[in-house]
Amino acid sequence: MDKFEQAFNEIIEKDLKVEPRDWMPEKYRKNLIRQISQHAHSEVIGMQPEGNWLLRAPSLRSKQVLLAKIQDEAGHGLYLYSVAETLGISRQEMNAQLHSGEAKYSSIFNYPTLTWADMGAVGWLVDGAAIVNQVSLQRTSYGPYSRGMVRICKEESFHQRQGYEIMVQMANGTPEQKEMAQDALNRFWEPSLMMFGPHDADSAHSSQSMAWKIKRESNDHLRQRFIDRTVPQAHFLGLTIPDENLKFNEETGHWETSPFNWDEFWNVIKGNGPCNRERLDHHKKAHNENAWVREAAAAYSSKVETSVA
Amino acid sequence: MESGDRTWEVFIQKKPGLAFKHAGSCHGYDKKMAIQNARDLYTRRGEGRALWVVPTEAIVSVPLDDAEAFFDPGEDKAYRHATFYKIPDGVSHL
Repeated sequence: MDKFEQAFNEIIEKDLKVEPRDWMPEKYRKNLIRQISQHAHSEVIGMQPEGNWLLRAPSLRSKQVLLAKIQDEAGHGLYLYSVAETLGISRQEMNAQLHSGEAKYSSIFNYPTLTWADMGAVGWLVDGAAIVNQVSLQRTSYGPYSRGMVRICKEESFHQRQGYEIMVQMANGTPEQKEMAQDALNRFWEPSLMMFGPHDADSAHSSQSMAWKIKRESNDHLRQRFIDRTVPQAHFLGLTIPDENLKFNEETGHWETSPFNWDEFWNVIKGNGPCNRERLDHHKKAHNENAWVREAAAAYSSKVETSVA
Repeated sequence: MESGDRTWEVFIQKKPGLAFKHAGSCHGYDKKMAIQNARDLYTRRGEGRALWVVPTEAIVSVPLDDAEAFFDPGEDKAYRHATFYKIPDGVSHL
């Protein structure tokens, strides 16, 4: 083992942070780029299901809030792209990988948002699950990723609360509204649980990521934490978790669920979810139609040395 | 990277008088775009009232595996610290 590898191992062992210009194993770098770019793409693609309701938000307040939330998602995507760029990949390459299907994004965003209650369910469940994952990632071993997570977690708690607020309004509204809230929960419950990824035994990248402290807690562990937090929140709303086998285990103190439908999960990952094609096509279209903006900016920057003052 | 597009390191001063702190990086084709992007990306919630952006390639750093040797000259000079000196009891304001 050379002195570079030794320095790296020491950082990991002592729970210090790896910084961009430190030596790191090529696989550590690759693993990080895969995870962080997937995370960034998820934030960016995640704007689409919410953007779907922007022009149909039921009040000015809810429209303002939704717009601010979508701006945050864009910001989170950009923080994460910046983090990945410190590892030697360019934003352009990441976009190309997204468009070719080589890079993935979270499957959850391949489900449609059919009613306004879905804006509640997305904030409450999807952002809620993301927070559980991201809080854990604040302790990741790569410095820029860890700092990005700290910033994102601070901002993300508003998202979950605004989602829950919508659920409270809908659940306490007319019978039709309550039905919409229940329907949204029914559709988003299992996909949210699957956001944590495959079971630990079936997760391709997990054990190496845990050893390198890129991931600090396992998929199943994080998923259980989310379930235990969320079930009482659903009960408060007077809604029913769509799982007839759901029960509280007094001994362990945890809620137990039915096995998930993993066939569906893998099917959506492979590109056959309800909105996979639409999400990617929309991203490509926006990227291509904005080409002239990038060209104009490049032409302008080559002509002037701009001063801000 | 696309021609003209560059990354910039962003530093924010939270309040007048405090040091500027590194916040992350952003993209921009020129200085003005870079600082506007930095504002939109890093100060959406009143994180600061003053910003610096610096082209990423202008940052120079010491790799961690060299750090020990690089910072070595500062390690063994205890006499640079106030606690190194013995002052008799009864003397104050020192």
